[in-house]
Amino acid sequence: MRFDQPATTNPIDRGRVVGVPHDRIDGPAKVTGTAPYAYERHDAAPDAAYGWIVGSAIARGRITAIDTRAAEAAPGVLGVVTHENAGPLGKGRFNTAHLLGGPAIEHYDQALALVVAETLEQARDAAALVRIDCVAEEGRFDLAAGIDGAEVPGPFFGKDPDSAAGDFDAAFAAAPVKVDQTYTTPDHSHAMMEPHATTALWADGRLTLWTSNQMVAWTVGEVARTLNMPPENIRLVSPYVGGGFGAKLFLRADALMAALGARHVGRPVKVALARPQVPNNTVHRPATIQRVRIGADRNGVIDAIAHESWSGNLPGGNVEMAAMQTRLLYGGRNRLTRHRIAALDLPEGNSMRAPGEAVGMLALEVAMDELAEACGVDPVELRIRNDVAYDPEAGPDRPFSSRPFVDCLRRGAERFGWSRRNPTPGRVRDGRWLVGMGMAAAFRGNQMSRSAARVGVDGRGTVTVETDMTDIGTGTYTILAQTAAETLGVPLEAVRVHLGDSRFPVAAGSGGQWGANSAASGVYAACMTLREALAQKAGFNAGDAVFENGAIVAGNRSVPIADVAGREGVWVEDAIEFGDLDKTYAQGTFGAHFCEVGVDAYTGEIRVRRMVGAFAAGRILNPKSARNQIIGAMTMGVGAALMEELVVDTRHGYFVNHDLAEYHVPVHADIPDQDVLFIEELDDKSSPLKAKGVGELGICGAGAAVANAVHNACGVRIRAYPLTLDKVLRGLGAVT
Amino acid sequence: MTLHENTRRAGADAAGEDATAGATVPVTLTVNREVRHLTLDPRTTLLDALREHLRLTGTKKGCDHGQCGACTVIVEGRRINSCLSLAVMHDGEAVTTIEGLGTPERLHPMQKAFVTHDGFQCGYCTPGQICSAVAVLAEIADGIPSHVTADLADVRFSDAEVRERMSGNICRCAAYPNIIAAIRAVAEGAA
Repeated sequence: MRFDQPATTNPIDRGRVVGVPHDRIDGPAKVTGTAPYAYERHDAAPDAAYGWIVGSAIARGRITAIDTRAAEAAPGVLGVVTHENAGPLGKGRFNTAHLLGGPAIEHYDQALALVVAETLEQARDAAALVRIDCVAEEGRFDLAAGIDGAEVPGPFFGKDPDSAAGDFDAAFAAAPVKVDQTYTTPDHSHAMMEPHATTALWADGRLTLWTSNQMVAWTVGEVARTLNMPPENIRLVSPYVGGGFGAKLFLRADALMAALGARHVGRPVKVALARPQVPNNTVHRPATIQRVRIGADRNGVIDAIAHESWSGNLPGGNVEMAAMQTRLLYGGRNRLTRHRIAALDLPEGNSMRAPGEAVGMLALEVAMDELAEACGVDPVELRIRNDVAYDPEAGPDRPFSSRPFVDCLRRGAERFGWSRRNPTPGRVRDGRWLVGMGMAAAFRGNQMSRSAARVGVDGRGTVTVETDMTDIGTGTYTILAQTAAETLGVPLEAVRVHLGDSRFPVAAGSGGQWGANSAASGVYAACMTLREALAQKAGFNAGDAVFENGAIVAGNRSVPIADVAGREGVWVEDAIEFGDLDKTYAQGTFGAHFCEVGVDAYTGEIRVRRMVGAFAAGRILNPKSARNQIIGAMTMGVGAALMEELVVDTRHGYFVNHDLAEYHVPVHADIPDQDVLFIEELDDKSSPLKAKGVGELGICGAGAAVANAVHNACGVRIRAYPLTLDKVLRGLGAVT
Repeated sequence: MTLHENTRRAGADAAGEDATAGATVPVTLTVNREVRHLTLDPRTTLLDALREHLRLTGTKKGCDHGQCGACTVIVEGRRINSCLSLAVMHDGEAVTTIEGLGTPERLHPMQKAFVTHDGFQCGYCTPGQICSAVAVLAEIADGIPSHVTADLADVRFSDAEVRERMSGNICRCAAYPNIIAAIRAVAEGAA
């Protein structure tokens, strides 16, 4: 099914199943611990041996000698894989550094060896016996020191690193009110609860990987490229993923080393990264240095806006596109965005939840708060004054498909009680707490991607959906079942959904918040094709037939689809293919965050007291799971605002705080009740479902709302994230 | 390269590889009301005994260092991080895991409440959250105070108590308010 014209009325508009807050259909399996994750496939590989990865203890250099004799002689050891015996390896297109290092070492904790043993304890112990001699080389580990030599990066997923409209310099120079500030965000770790893990099995030259991965088809291709083997000989299975947030978009060392280990010892092997290996061995969100300049008139109407961002990565790695939202969010005739990349020898930077916007909004939305203060305009009103109905770089010829941004601002403000905010910082006190309110916009682009599914119905009326789409906690199982049930007119209980197997048709996968809308549209396309097949088989004109209550109905004739399917069943496959409606129209998801914090007047401790958000993301396919996505992302925004920071050792080139004790993420006690309001919206230019993504929107701007609330509470403006209490205290000293 | 070499040598010395070669010890655990006899490498954690030897994979390994709570099980009536103790330390003790609370067909009230209130996303921290939540309600019923208990002689359920007591169970998907709602529903007998 091709989607290149705005959607008209279709079966999804019935809204009997889609749009209803159903419990997750995978819930009973998850709450009983019976959902199998990648390291738990005793059913599929009962004799799997255990692999333990030995990582590099230096950031950059060369291996001069590897001695595995002691490890190989240790009890239970079946073999040791290093670059010397792994055979020739290619490199995946999405990998910057090699997943198995040697002789060159590209980053700290890069995998250099895998020890395989009968038990986990034996493998871990023997790993300490692998002797790797190496020569360290000088590396570049400090982003701030690297920006002078930063370069223009190549396009990122087709997006140009620079953009401009009008004459920014002249307009900014002439503006009566100016903001010119630099903000920094540190490296972030995905810190999903399930470390990267894989069970690998070879049989007759064919490889099966039970792994924890967001993008099944991408990763099959990457395995093929890395192991120099045909993709059709690779099966990848990823039905349950214990969190990803971008960390599991690509082939990583767990999967490659498990495959190499299993080949080496002639037995299935499973490998999980030890938690302390995750931040340095895998990928992280790169740190940024962002300069935002805004020139406005005295009423806060923007005439000039520029956003420049510097980030680092291994040579050949991607830039963090932190200025992307600034191309679309606010009006202003004179504009400029620029991304620059510095070569660093830290571990590989890559996508983490809402790459670009998540950290870009931390800068832009604080700059807007600073502009509101400079103009004496209320922050909500300031954003309303700068709303724009079209892509402000392209002009009115490229309107937004739908943009209920002002609705989000107004309704969120009302729900939160924004009118009670005292605009003067440091004036509201509750005992020892200085109390403040802050807000920020939420914005994340809407992306779509081709997505296929196979759908069948059997003689009992059971509908089965098969697609290689993944559910990384996003609720995919449930929304795909809802989509099929709605389209085919059957109850939700009649639908089975099978995901995450490369033997199924290729779906959009989970990333960039494109998964729900794209994959559900793919299932819709397959179900519409199934309707045609069933109608034809039963002698109906598909155009006249209505599918409801498990039957095909036209006029006074009604035939159960179970009877039409018969014993052999009816199966079809189809895909949604997106045309250029996302080029004709700017497409995005919008929202507004509101936050109240307390700042301890004596210690500088910051506590989030309440959060409210209003969001527009097209049709909300399941309000229960969508709300969960939003609150989870808001919480990750709180983490970015207040605590999350991978600390770089700029001498030795690695992240020092590489576990969950030292890399702090929000816990129960940090998060109050969160109130989420969805604004009614159907975007007919986004997909047949008129839906958009929602999984990343909630993080975009959430941290800035916290930072702005901190400023309102105590008058301290911190531009270096995270807002730890040492920074608050430094400012408080000057204020009081 | 000395840094690397020293690290690895220190590891080798500390492991004392000869001393541990092939040594195993018998361990008896009562897991989910069933007596299980195991012969284990003494280095085996309770978590790995459950996951790898008894193949009860409902209990999750998130960090293996007592930092995340995904491995929480109930031992002799109290919740512990099963990754932080060796199986041999629990010889003769009773362990309840997520599999012992309920099944998909017969959910424990806490499991049911987690589904109803959508107290999870990816599901990986969930068994630990649920085991912890069941034990937290027992702790409160037993009058055991926490860091946020104002009156040590009057321990009672509140959202603040639960948030404090559940803070050892990280949920990176951050379904936190939904988890609190689920526990509250069970505490109020509404689940």
